[in-house]
Amino acid sequence: MDFELNENQTMFRDMVRDFAKQQIAPIAHEMDVKGDMPDTLISALREAGFFGLTFPEAYGGLGVDTITYGVVIEELSKASAGVSVMLTVHNSVGSYPVALFGSEDVKNRFLPRMAAGEIAAFCVTEPGAGSDASSLAATARRDGDHYVLNGSKSFVTNGARAAFYVIVAREPGTHGNKGTHAFLVERGTPGLSVAKKEDKMGLRASDTAVIALDEVRVPIGHRLGEEGTGLRVALTALDGGRIGIAFQALGIGQACLDAAIAYAKIREQFGQSLASQPVIAHKIADMGTELEAARLLAYHAAWLKDQGRPHTREAAMAKLMASEAAGHAADAAVQIHGGYGFCKEYDVERYYRDVRVTRIYEGASEIQRLVIARKLLAGQ
Amino acid sequence: MQFQFNEQQRMIRDMARDFANRVIVPVAAELDATEKFPKDIVRQMGELGLLGMSVNEAYGGAGLDTVCYVAAMEEISRACASCGVIMSVNNSLVCWPLETYGNEDQKKRFLTPLASGQKLGAYCLSEPGAGTDAAAQRTTAKKEGDHWVLNGMKNFITNGANADILIVFAQTDPAIKHKGIRAFIVESTSEGFSVIRKEEKMGIRASDTAQLAFDNVIVPDDQVLGPAESGFKIAMSTLDGGRIGIASQALGISAAAYEASRAYSKQREQFGRAICEFQAVQWKIADMATRLEAARLLTYRAAWAKDQGGRYGEEAAMAKLYASETSHFITNEAVQIFGGNGYSKEYPVERHFRDAKITEIYEGTSEAQRLVISSFELKK
Repeated sequence: MDFELNENQTMFRDMVRDFAKQQIAPIAHEMDVKGDMPDTLISALREAGFFGLTFPEAYGGLGVDTITYGVVIEELSKASAGVSVMLTVHNSVGSYPVALFGSEDVKNRFLPRMAAGEIAAFCVTEPGAGSDASSLAATARRDGDHYVLNGSKSFVTNGARAAFYVIVAREPGTHGNKGTHAFLVERGTPGLSVAKKEDKMGLRASDTAVIALDEVRVPIGHRLGEEGTGLRVALTALDGGRIGIAFQALGIGQACLDAAIAYAKIREQFGQSLASQPVIAHKIADMGTELEAARLLAYHAAWLKDQGRPHTREAAMAKLMASEAAGHAADAAVQIHGGYGFCKEYDVERYYRDVRVTRIYEGASEIQRLVIARKLLAGQ
Repeated sequence: MQFQFNEQQRMIRDMARDFANRVIVPVAAELDATEKFPKDIVRQMGELGLLGMSVNEAYGGAGLDTVCYVAAMEEISRACASCGVIMSVNNSLVCWPLETYGNEDQKKRFLTPLASGQKLGAYCLSEPGAGTDAAAQRTTAKKEGDHWVLNGMKNFITNGANADILIVFAQTDPAIKHKGIRAFIVESTSEGFSVIRKEEKMGIRASDTAQLAFDNVIVPDDQVLGPAESGFKIAMSTLDGGRIGIASQALGISAAAYEASRAYSKQREQFGRAICEFQAVQWKIADMATRLEAARLLTYRAAWAKDQGGRYGEEAAMAKLYASETSHFITNEAVQIFGGNGYSKEYPVERHFRDAKITEIYEGTSEAQRLVISSFELKK
């Protein structure tokens, strides 16, 4: 056993920590208030290679291992969860299906563009298909050497900014897990439009959109994976996606703990610092312990993925535990800040809103528990 | 990072598991019911090298790393938590301080028989008035010529009635408070030493927990452990390692309860279906397994940190806090899954539920762990 980051991983962490401190943290509050991310920041992220983190070097990416990826996401999330979700969706569910299931031609044409910073999005969820992804209703009708897509996709992270969309739709007349196909669709394809941008509680720097599909013609070569395997493509990508969200939650949670510690040391009540009062110290101990436990689960899942071993259960455990631990940490951080924690002058107010979604997207906590239980009961 | 056992660690785990299944599991319920100290099992554990696992082979130990110790502790405790604590106390609380602070003569005379299992040890810190506040020692040690005279009472001493060699903490100079505390090696054959009573307990009933009296017990000067003013430091640093042992014990109890629950949920039918098909039960299984996995990672991380030779106080406290609270949670859920059967002594989860509670209390209560952890966090 070895619980330490290697030299390369440590180097990445320090580099990203610096980048986040200099380029992201100073504008995190403003991005949250405006509900937008400046193009200058996206350009800087592009130049630094963040959009190609997980892409193989052959396609112009950095080809980092999953532990490094996790460390990077955690550091970015400490500064801005809105920025980190854009990158984690791009580097996992938005592009992973292409890398894993795309034809050589599709990979050669599109992965380098994605790695260079043309943003990717992932479209499975629909107004009527949330946790029950198998009830998705968008259709893909075969027409000669094309598929024709119709329907509506909701809660699409990066939806408004994306250049590429991974979309799952079904053969008309099919139901449940059968008859679904996954596609890579380029922005600008006639019939694909951004129908609406959501106004959200948190992650306000990132965009979340409804994507409308109206007779969108997609060449058959852009199908990802075999016919009828669309949902499997999506779920495979989600295993990796959950590791990313686990690290995002850890970053927000750690930021909460760091802020709570700093505040507890300077704030005095009853003639002594909050830090020296056991009711506050115990909250800090619990925050630290839960985050550490969740971090080890996340590293474990990432390590398994890097070993090429099954990691569905471990990724679900990491996502479940990290999102819940970070939720507790955010709540405790606001409590320790008292009235100030309720005010936008302090970052914990934003962390508290940002962290909430980690228990919802890429599989709600309720779904993670079902995934975990099914694997365990099957003896895995 | 690397999350796998090496060859030796796997071998030790398998050896301990085999021994536990063969020798301990068949008698665990009876040991609990009769409160019988498992002398024969302890002898066999000694023969297998389980009582001085980390001790150098030159002093009769097995010369293994702390990861091996955790793996073996979990396996023994999975079968019987009483056997687990007997093993933990001898390894962590007696052999470790003797090897770390003892001189060559002391190691030869006392450590060697303890590590090889010929003799059994006990650690005497708690007193009727000194629990979490361990510095409030009332037991006194007075220097008279070339020996010391000990007087006082020790409470809740695991192995107390069966130990041959005891490490006893006593106050030599109340004026300098905790600095006056020193550690003494006392043989149970000493005149003036007596077992006042054995506690009747809720759980870990086969391990003996005794109240001990020291009435003008004479201890030769060459049986003082460590230099002047070092006793309290010896006591506290010993507990850092002890906490890894108790965390491992809690893991074993949790694993036993969890595995029994998973198996039971698959065979027990209600409403015409196995109860594992109900989401309410699946959730419990998922939460139990997720927390167990997190507790295990924290414990192995603490063991690994100890093996690296650096500080591991915070890691050990986190592992102990989280693993013990997890064992409380898991055994409670296990009883719930078993329903009325879980409340009956016919099923082992009833015993696991009672055994788990002590792990939140001894070798530092959960409250004390939180103080330790927060003091580290607040220094960051």
